[in-house]
Amino acid sequence: MTVIITNDGAIAPAAADAPRPSRPARRRGALPAIGLAPFGVYVLLFLAVPTGLAIGTGFLDGDGAFTLDNLAALAEPVIVQTFLNSFLLSAVTAVVGAVVGALVCWAVLGLREGGAIRGAIDSASSVLAQFGGVMLAFAFIATIGINGVVTLLLKDLGIDIFADGAWIYAFPGLFLPYIYFQVPLMVITFMPALTGLKPQWMEANATLGGSVPGFWLRIAAPVLAPSFLASLLLLFANAFSSYATAAALASQGAQIVPLQIRAALTSETVLGRENLAGALALGMIVIMAIVMGAYALVQRRAARWQS
Amino acid sequence: MSRRGLRLAPPRWATATILILVGAVFSIPILAMVEFTLRDREEGHSLAHWGDLLAPANPAAYAPLWLGLTNSAILAVATVAIVLLLLAPTMILVQLRFPRLRRPFEFLCLLPISIPAIVLVVGLAPVYLVIGRTFGTGIWPLAFAYGITVLPYAYRSIQANLDAVDLGTLANAARSLGASWPRVVIDVLAPNLRVGLMLASLISIAVVLGEFTIASLLNRQNLQTALLVVSKIDPYVAVIMSLLSLGLVFVLLLVIDRIARRITAVRTEQA
Repeated sequence: MTVIITNDGAIAPAAADAPRPSRPARRRGALPAIGLAPFGVYVLLFLAVPTGLAIGTGFLDGDGAFTLDNLAALAEPVIVQTFLNSFLLSAVTAVVGAVVGALVCWAVLGLREGGAIRGAIDSASSVLAQFGGVMLAFAFIATIGINGVVTLLLKDLGIDIFADGAWIYAFPGLFLPYIYFQVPLMVITFMPALTGLKPQWMEANATLGGSVPGFWLRIAAPVLAPSFLASLLLLFANAFSSYATAAALASQGAQIVPLQIRAALTSETVLGRENLAGALALGMIVIMAIVMGAYALVQRRAARWQS
Repeated sequence: MSRRGLRLAPPRWATATILILVGAVFSIPILAMVEFTLRDREEGHSLAHWGDLLAPANPAAYAPLWLGLTNSAILAVATVAIVLLLLAPTMILVQLRFPRLRRPFEFLCLLPISIPAIVLVVGLAPVYLVIGRTFGTGIWPLAFAYGITVLPYAYRSIQANLDAVDLGTLANAARSLGASWPRVVIDVLAPNLRVGLMLASLISIAVVLGEFTIASLLNRQNLQTALLVVSKIDPYVAVIMSLLSLGLVFVLLLVIDRIARRITAVRTEQA
């Protein structure tokens, strides 16, 4: 049997290359290739074309002629502000989510593996990490909305959290809901790194006379740093690309980039430009490409310690 | 006592403090939703709003909800069909016949993670304008877009199973016994991949039921867009439906979790 070495160094039997004597060899090439065609066409039509259009339309004006006018709009103070808001929202919720999530991961180490509580935390994390969008918005309106439970409780105590206006329906209202789905995502993505930390390393550290804080500072921290950074980048990308929660909470206004795209898509002209949505989409894709590229690089380094 | 210093895990009190504190904070919004639905029309608490769901005082107000639910169900079925009939066979083909394409194929399948739905929708709008003219504005064509959204998740579930099964040997054995290719795929390969296929289907359903961005901006009605519409008329029913679908997704993900564990168990056994 012929053997091929795949990219990751694993040895896999190349079953497909084993010659079958009953048929002439050249017939084997064309037929399977046709089998790839339906999926190829599908991905082309619904992934490549939309992505191409999303990037490309930013360069076109209303009549389909080439223009850089839409891209110039990315420098307008209003648009710059929405990008800055998106950055702020993503960065703050990613950092808070990463720190709280890492703490939860650390605490979970104290639970018996395969135990009921640990299983429940795993499941709850995967549900809550997916719990974005409309339902999350409702949850926070029921909690800290005008008639929310916490709002009313605090009002009874003489504290009016909306003394300065109903901020929950504006930009500041996005932070808490975003943190709500960031923390569980951190738990899911960072947990494997922490469980990959070997107790033997701690024993080796103790045998060589190292202290417990010394272990965390000099051994665990450098080992975990790439994983932590990778998770942080993933959380940033997650918040940056999130739309549904913000759309359901802030039904008006366009404080972050995805909402600005909504405004551009639904009202046709923002700032007097026809294809601003394309330019905004291009801006988002560039930022996402940088973040996810960095994620892939850091993740490759992080994977070294996980096996 | 010296063993304690050798544990990676935090002391018991720290574990308890962190988990109870975070758990309490994270349960507040869920409990708030429950409390919200139990508020009586006048004062105090009752099951009045839950009763509305069974015997609506104003059935017309809930019409968008049933439409959205039906549409989301259709989309879930159609998306699963794309995963099982288009993605899975292609993955088997790549695995068996085009080992060199595995890496590029993986990259392609994971790509949608990096493309935000809000960006994709900008490019999908003109595509669906054409689709609307050719196929009408029915809900099912939206499944083509959802097939892309679920691609990374479905790919991962199926690939995990593919990695655990020696597909080549199975296919060769079946072929040498005289089975035709369709028979090999349906009767020999698919049963060995059923855990991965089931996992991919369940995750796709969970994603489709929660999808809002694409449907909303392409002016199609699904469960999530309907929830938003109904919340403007009757916020209580919207929150009740959210709680119910949250419960459904929780159960769905619990099942997914169990199945995923089984795949890893199979993989470690074989390793």
